[in-house]
Amino acid sequence: MENVTQAMQGVPLNHYILLSAIVFAIGVMGVLIRRNAIIIFMSVELMLNAVNLLLTAFSVHHNDASGQVFVFFIMALAAAEVAVGLAIIVMIYRNTHSTDIDVLNKLKW
Amino acid sequence: MNTLITLSILAIVVLYLGLFKAKKALLPVTMFGLAAALGLAVIEWNSNAVPIYSGMMLFDNFAVAFSSICIFSSMLILLVSKDYFERISEHVAEYYAIIIFALAGIVVMVSYHNLSMLFIGIEIMSLSLYILAGIRKKNFASNEAALKYFLMGAFSTGFLLFGITLLYGATGSFDLLEIKQYVISNPTIISPLFYGGLLLLIIGLGFKVGVAPFHFWAPDVYEGSPTLITAFMSTVVKTAGFAAFLRIFLICFAPLHDFWMPPLLVMTVATLFIGNITALYQHSFKRMLTYSSVSHAGYMMFAIIALGTASVNAVFVYATAYSIASIIAFAVLILVKRQTGSDSFDSFNGLAKRNPFMAFTLTVAMLSLAGIPLTAGFIGKFMMFSSALSEYHIWLIVLAVVNAVIGIFYYLRVVVAMYFKDAERSIVAESPFFKVVLALSAIITIILGIYPGVISNLF
Repeated sequence: MENVTQAMQGVPLNHYILLSAIVFAIGVMGVLIRRNAIIIFMSVELMLNAVNLLLTAFSVHHNDASGQVFVFFIMALAAAEVAVGLAIIVMIYRNTHSTDIDVLNKLKW
Repeated sequence: MNTLITLSILAIVVLYLGLFKAKKALLPVTMFGLAAALGLAVIEWNSNAVPIYSGMMLFDNFAVAFSSICIFSSMLILLVSKDYFERISEHVAEYYAIIIFALAGIVVMVSYHNLSMLFIGIEIMSLSLYILAGIRKKNFASNEAALKYFLMGAFSTGFLLFGITLLYGATGSFDLLEIKQYVISNPTIISPLFYGGLLLLIIGLGFKVGVAPFHFWAPDVYEGSPTLITAFMSTVVKTAGFAAFLRIFLICFAPLHDFWMPPLLVMTVATLFIGNITALYQHSFKRMLTYSSVSHAGYMMFAIIALGTASVNAVFVYATAYSIASIIAFAVLILVKRQTGSDSFDSFNGLAKRNPFMAFTLTVAMLSLAGIPLTAGFIGKFMMFSSALSEYHIWLIVLAVVNAVIGIFYYLRVVVAMYFKDAERSIVAESPFFKVVLALSAIITIILGIYPGVISNLF
């Protein structure tokens, strides 16, 4: 295990930044391109998790615990968001029998 | 800080009242609790606040002023809610409780001293609002508004968080003062991460306050939500969003003026034109109000562009004037829609003959929103423009005045409909609560317009 930790610390900070930016961008593209509410929702979670990863990396880099504590806040609030979000999606599904966001065009954009 | 504790406890008490079916007690208890929270906020004025909870929050004059106006506007909105929620749902206590939870989030949003508190405050408020937008479960428009608001809100939270993370990566702290220290101590070698974080933060906050090009969710969400919730979202929530926006810029980013100024300028001008020109083409009064709320966000951006000590006062006066006038407009809209079943401009025809008092207060509100002298809205616009003028943004003022003139057209449309068009209609019944709210709001609007000194020299 010792070797694994050391190997992980050997990864330069830039790699973490790049990886998180790529994952975040995948999430953004998912939100913009996909039409299914649940998949859009998963893409949002992907964005939040990219943030979590980057925060932990910065936290180790700065040798400061507050970044990791922030990750816990994000996880807790993401869970609350899932609860509300899925409830809204279920409500929509009951009324329209679909989770496709193209059904939602009664209000003009 | 007692305000936050009072609000949190009040919300739970209200939930229990709902559990024990004490419907009669809901409104009195809520009003009493909010009045207590308001009083506890006001007595902390000028108390030389220091950061509390390990530097997480700072309840300074800025926080006192903005939490007070948010709590006061919510009280007016809840007074109007008498009989409103009962008509659309059987679980009335939920509305009160969720609105109060949102207010607790707003108090955190305006008094944060650490970026984690900014995030938590925004999320507490937003989660409550997602529920409120979709609270009419069987109504399709309400469903659609809730889903759009939820997806866009969660999306923008992602940007906000990525921005905060990059700021943390550059500075090594979430504390506002330490970020300020970082900006001041090495102005020439600020890391590119910091600039990226700042831009993403602007995008995230821009979504929340609804400035172009991140405004596109606002009209749909505001139109689909129940009218009273729209009133809450477009007054209280918008005020809180701008307070949060202004706070971080005032404390941390003022020295980087040259960097963030161009994007914000473009956003402001785009918001003004999109909001006002689209509002011109609306047939529904409610949808017109939502676009006008987008354009008012543009006016409020002026204070951030001309960042300085005067900005806080300008945003405060503008937000007060705008909130009070919008509450009148939405309250009258609720009554008219209840009678005619429609929220188009035509449903206001002939209102002045039957309900002269209501028509008069709505006229005051429209004049205030349009920024006609002797109303609070004029003072708000004047302070915004003069702070921008002092920074020599002459052409920006010219564009803003052009927009104010466009605004007058669509605000006066409803006044014309009320006074100069005839229609067969009966008297719209107003409950005493409506009369109190309308009269109080109209009086505040006129008093602030004639004696602006009451609140224009607070800071």
